[in-house]
Amino acid sequence: MPPTICFLRRAVLAVALTVTTVTPALAAGTTLLNVSYDVSREFYKDFNPVFAAHWKKTTGEDITLNQSHGGSSRQARSVADGLEADVITMNQANDIDILFERGKLVPQDWAKRLPNNSAPTTSVSVILVRKGNPKNIRDWSDLGRPGVGVIIPNPKTAGNGRYTYLAAWGAGIKAGLSPDAARALVTRIFANVPVLDGGGRGATTTFAQRNLGDALVTFESEAPLITKEFGDGFEVIYPSRTILAENPVSVVDKVVDRRGTRKQAEAYLQFLYSDAGQEIAARHNLRPRSEKVLARYSKAFPKVNTFTVDEVFGGWTQAQKEHFNDGGLYDQVIAAAKAR
Amino acid sequence: MIFSRTLLKRHSVLPGFDLALGLALLYTSLIVLIPLSAAFLKTFTLTWQQFLDATTTPRVVASYRLTFGASFLAALLNAFFGLIVAWVLVRYRFPAKRLIDALVDLPFALPTAVAGIALTAIYAQNGLIGQWLPFKVSFTPLGVWVALVFIGLPFVVRTLQPVLDDLNRELEEAAATLGANRWQTFTKVIFPILMPALLTGFALAFARALGEYGSVIFIAGNMPMISEITPLLIITKLEQYDYAGATAIAVVMLVAAFLLLLVINLLQAWTRKRQGGL
Repeated sequence: MPPTICFLRRAVLAVALTVTTVTPALAAGTTLLNVSYDVSREFYKDFNPVFAAHWKKTTGEDITLNQSHGGSSRQARSVADGLEADVITMNQANDIDILFERGKLVPQDWAKRLPNNSAPTTSVSVILVRKGNPKNIRDWSDLGRPGVGVIIPNPKTAGNGRYTYLAAWGAGIKAGLSPDAARALVTRIFANVPVLDGGGRGATTTFAQRNLGDALVTFESEAPLITKEFGDGFEVIYPSRTILAENPVSVVDKVVDRRGTRKQAEAYLQFLYSDAGQEIAARHNLRPRSEKVLARYSKAFPKVNTFTVDEVFGGWTQAQKEHFNDGGLYDQVIAAAKAR
Repeated sequence: MIFSRTLLKRHSVLPGFDLALGLALLYTSLIVLIPLSAAFLKTFTLTWQQFLDATTTPRVVASYRLTFGASFLAALLNAFFGLIVAWVLVRYRFPAKRLIDALVDLPFALPTAVAGIALTAIYAQNGLIGQWLPFKVSFTPLGVWVALVFIGLPFVVRTLQPVLDDLNRELEEAAATLGANRWQTFTKVIFPILMPALLTGFALAFARALGEYGSVIFIAGNMPMISEITPLLIITKLEQYDYAGATAIAVVMLVAAFLLLLVINLLQAWTRKRQGGL
C-alpha cells in the first residue's frame, strides 16, 4: 500500500477508535452496558458473545451486551456524570474510585468484592526497542542514558504514561534506591523524551511509523499488536523489575439497582474469572490470573519480577495526588528534565 | 414589550418583530449563553487565590502565549493567502476551478484528528515534506501553527468570496479612466471594500484556532512550557477530575477571546463607517 493511503487509512481508523461506540440493542431480554477503556475493545468483542451464550445456556435468558470505549478517565467521567453503565472495566483503580467520590455510584470498598483486587487480568510495562537493540537497552537505567530517545505517552493524559512513570520510579525503589535517586532516574528518562503523545496508541505511531526515538514504553498487551500492524522491526525487552498494571472491574451499584440488572452484571464480571474468560484474555495478550491458563500461555507471558501500585505508592488515589496532580512530583520531574 | 413598541416598532417594516426577537434571544440563550454561564458558575466554587493559582502558573501562561500567538499568526497568514485564493476563484476562469473551490471546504468537513494525524505524518522528519526541510515542524510550536493555518483557511475564503462576487467592476473601470494605475485601483478602491469582510474572515479563523484541540494535539509534541496549547491544559485538569480548575482556564480564554473579537468587530464597524456605510 502506498504510504499516503496507508497513513490516511490509519488516521481514519484512529479517529474511529477514539469515538465512543455504543452498539444499539436489537434483541429482546436484558441489556448490559459495559463502559471500558480504549484498547479493551477487541477483548470484549470476543468475550461478550461467549458470555451471552453461557448465560442463555444456564438461565435461558437472552442478554444483549453493549460496549462503550474511549480514553479511560473520560469514560469514568461520563459514568460519574450519568452515563448508565451497568459495569465499568478500567485499567486503573482511581478511575473507579472516582465513582465513589462523585455521587457514591459504587461503595468505597468496591475493589474487595471480587478476587485479586477486583482485577481479573493484568499486564506489565515493557520496553520496546528497534530490532537488534542497537542502543543495547536492557533496563530502566538505560533509558536515562544520554543519547537515547524514549517515547512515552503524556502521564497527564494517558494511563499508559502514568504506569510507565511509576514503573521506572518503583523499579528504582525496589532496587534499593533512595526516593531522591529514584526521582533522579525518572528525571533522566523524561529528559530523553522528545514527544509526549496524548495517548498510548499515539505514542506507538510516533515510535513505529514516524521512526522517532530508540525505545517505546508500553503495555506487554500492546506489543504483539504493534508487531502485527507495523512489522517485526521491534523487540520486547523485559526490565529487571516492572509494574503490574491491574485491570479492575466493578458493577455500578446505583445503576444496576435502578435497572434491576445486578444479577446479570455480577455474573458478567464473575465470568471474567472463569477458565473461558481467562483464556480469551490470554489470547488478547492480557495476563490471566488463573495459574492454569497462565501455564498454558507461559511462552507469551515470561516470568517477570513485578510490584503493584498499592505496594510501592500506597494505592492509585495516593499516587495520583502525590505524583500526577498539578504541582506534584511529575510536574517537578518534567520541569527539571526540561532544564537539563 | 412596551420598550419594543414605543422605541423599535416604528422602525420595523416587517411583521413579527416581537416573535422573532423572542426566538432569537431564546435560541442564543439555550445554545450559547446557558452553557457558558455554567462554566462561569463552576469557577465561582474557587476562591480568588485558587483561581489565580489555576490560571497564572508559568506553564499555563506559556500555553496562552502559544495558543494566542499561533492562532493570531495563522489567521494573519490565512488573511493574506485567503484573499489571493478568493480573488483567483472569483475573478479568473481556469480548468478544475470547481474542484479547487470544493477543496477549500475540506478543512471544515474533515474530522480534526484526521487532519492532525495527516499533517504530523507529512511534516515529520521522515515525512513527505518534512524530510526536505532543514528544520523540524512536527512536534514543535511551528507544527501547531501549521495545523491552525490548515483549519482556518476556509473561513477567510468563504467570507471574502460573496463580497468579491458583488464587487462592481464599473468602479474599477471608473478608477482606470480617472488615471489610477492597477496598484492604486487595488489599494484605494478594491481593498477598502474588502476590508470589513477580510476582518470578519480573520476573526473567524482566529477564534476557531483558539479552541482547536483535535488536530493540534497530534502535531504539537505537547512539551510543557514549549508546545502545550491551552485546550490541552484544560483536558489535563479534567483528567485529574479538577473540573473547577479546568473551567477557570476556560474562563480566562473565553474572556480574552471575547475581548479580542470585540476589538475586531469595532475595527470592522469603523472601517465600514469610513467608507460611508457601504
